[in-house]
Amino acid sequence: MIRIHVKKRLGAFDLDAMFEAPPGVIALFGRSGSGKTSVINAVAGLLRPDAGRVEIGGALLYDKAARVDVPVHRRRIGYVFQDARLFPHISVAKNLAYGGDHDRDRVIDMLGLPDLLDRRPVALSGGERQRVAIGRALMSHPRLLLMDEPLSALDAERKAEILPWLERLRDEAGLPILYVSHAASEVARLATTVVVMEAGAVKRVGAVSEVLSDPAAVGMIGAQEAGAVVYARIAGLDRIDGLTELALSGGRIVLPGRLGGLGTHLRLRISAQDVILSRERPVGLSALNILSAEVTALDEGPEGVAVGLRCGHDRLLARVTRRSARALRLEPGLQLWAIVKASAVAPQDVGGAA
Amino acid sequence: MTDWLGPEEWQAVRLSLKVSATAVAASLPLGLLCALALAKGRFPGRQLLNGLVHLPLILPPVVTGYLLLIAFSRQGPLGALLEPFGVSFAFRWTGAALAAAIMAFPLMVRPMRLAFEAVDPGLEQAAATLGASSFKVFATVTLPLALPGVVAGAILAFAKAMGEFGATITFVSNIPGETRTIPTAIYAFLQMPGGEGAALRLVAVSVALAMGALLASEWLSRRVARRVAA
Repeated sequence: MIRIHVKKRLGAFDLDAMFEAPPGVIALFGRSGSGKTSVINAVAGLLRPDAGRVEIGGALLYDKAARVDVPVHRRRIGYVFQDARLFPHISVAKNLAYGGDHDRDRVIDMLGLPDLLDRRPVALSGGERQRVAIGRALMSHPRLLLMDEPLSALDAERKAEILPWLERLRDEAGLPILYVSHAASEVARLATTVVVMEAGAVKRVGAVSEVLSDPAAVGMIGAQEAGAVVYARIAGLDRIDGLTELALSGGRIVLPGRLGGLGTHLRLRISAQDVILSRERPVGLSALNILSAEVTALDEGPEGVAVGLRCGHDRLLARVTRRSARALRLEPGLQLWAIVKASAVAPQDVGGAA
Repeated sequence: MTDWLGPEEWQAVRLSLKVSATAVAASLPLGLLCALALAKGRFPGRQLLNGLVHLPLILPPVVTGYLLLIAFSRQGPLGALLEPFGVSFAFRWTGAALAAAIMAFPLMVRPMRLAFEAVDPGLEQAAATLGASSFKVFATVTLPLALPGVVAGAILAFAKAMGEFGATITFVSNIPGETRTIPTAIYAFLQMPGGEGAALRLVAVSVALAMGALLASEWLSRRVARRVAA
């Protein structure tokens, strides 16, 4: 288990964040200035809390009450900074070896680094720098990996290039990761546990599919960003029309493009504003994806109503206006149809399952 | 070449080089430490240290020389303390080196301090998270990245030491072969009838050495900067 409690007064800002989570990818999610980076800096030992406790997998790293404060260099916490922070005066190979050479060959292979080893950091692209930074942290054999918005400095293309490496890391390295992000799509794709932070406090902790599909969490995540995570298997490929058919627990949907081979397991994020609700089964609609669903929860916010849906044992999230909610007479237990636009799932929202 | 300078003049040149090299080599560790403390340290008395380091730059050299004379003469508090260990500065070339080191110290510390301040603390933090102790962080990240400034500081200090006059002549006088460096030799030749020729030759040597040091410093720091940045 990862148990973290950080109390710190930073000027006018009061940070008091407490959560515990099982190993996996724990996403610290929240708006800029919600205190996410301060929390992981405290975990790394770069920020000394006023009070609190940091325990990672049985190792006590900080405990104000017990006067435990392990110095940064003995914590064995790998840290991948937003700006990579590679040492400019030494080669990629020496950067990688700076903290040790744990599992060297596998790390270099997993992150696709063999061709970069002789280069200097200035000769790398942003995405390559982040991969080297991840490799350098891994080779120091950390007990926990901290990642502070490792993709935020990259453009969409570089993000798409590096996300699969992060998935491999999650699925192959078996290392707990504390991942700071303010992008719901990244969280949906990578996280196993989500910790939602707001104004220096933890508002919500839970499994990714649970938190992201909870109508009550929409306000914290942001209406535009909200969307559920579902798990799917590729059940059919239509080469002529270039479509992929996915089996969900509650039905089938068709997405454009080739997303993988038959039988591949995927996780995908379905944005709440791309789900349309109907009391009757629609006919003669261009959208191909119509799923039977049951309303589980409603949450009325200033911008509309967030609707939680159960579809098989997957959960979906939809957003409708208050007027539509009244017209549909939405209430928990109501059976209806959810229409998902085929183009609603952006390619970067489809990731490997974990 | 040897005919061009008289034996006395050669003696002054050799002595100046020895005094300056010793002064820089001996004060380098303390200079690094002070620069690092001023750049990165957060401790009470930091401003006091800053003032102390810069004092020789502000004080008239003759004052610094006289203070050294009081402190390090045989009867002086520090001189008497060091006497039993066979360490003596008064009227010795080592005293000239001490005076030169103190006068050159602010010029040595300043570029080093600026270079240390310019090193991104984020890189030092990254090194610490990778398991590096403070000393390893300094030796493998801070110092290599600040090296151009460190080299510049050392060369500047050397050049200053070569030209030091006021504190040296006050502290250790002007003894041929022992404390008569190039500047004090030029001064002595100028006091002597018919010494203008020798003085002029030493002036030429001074100019050549100063130019050489400047060029060397430019070349070295550009080389180091390239190695660090590329």
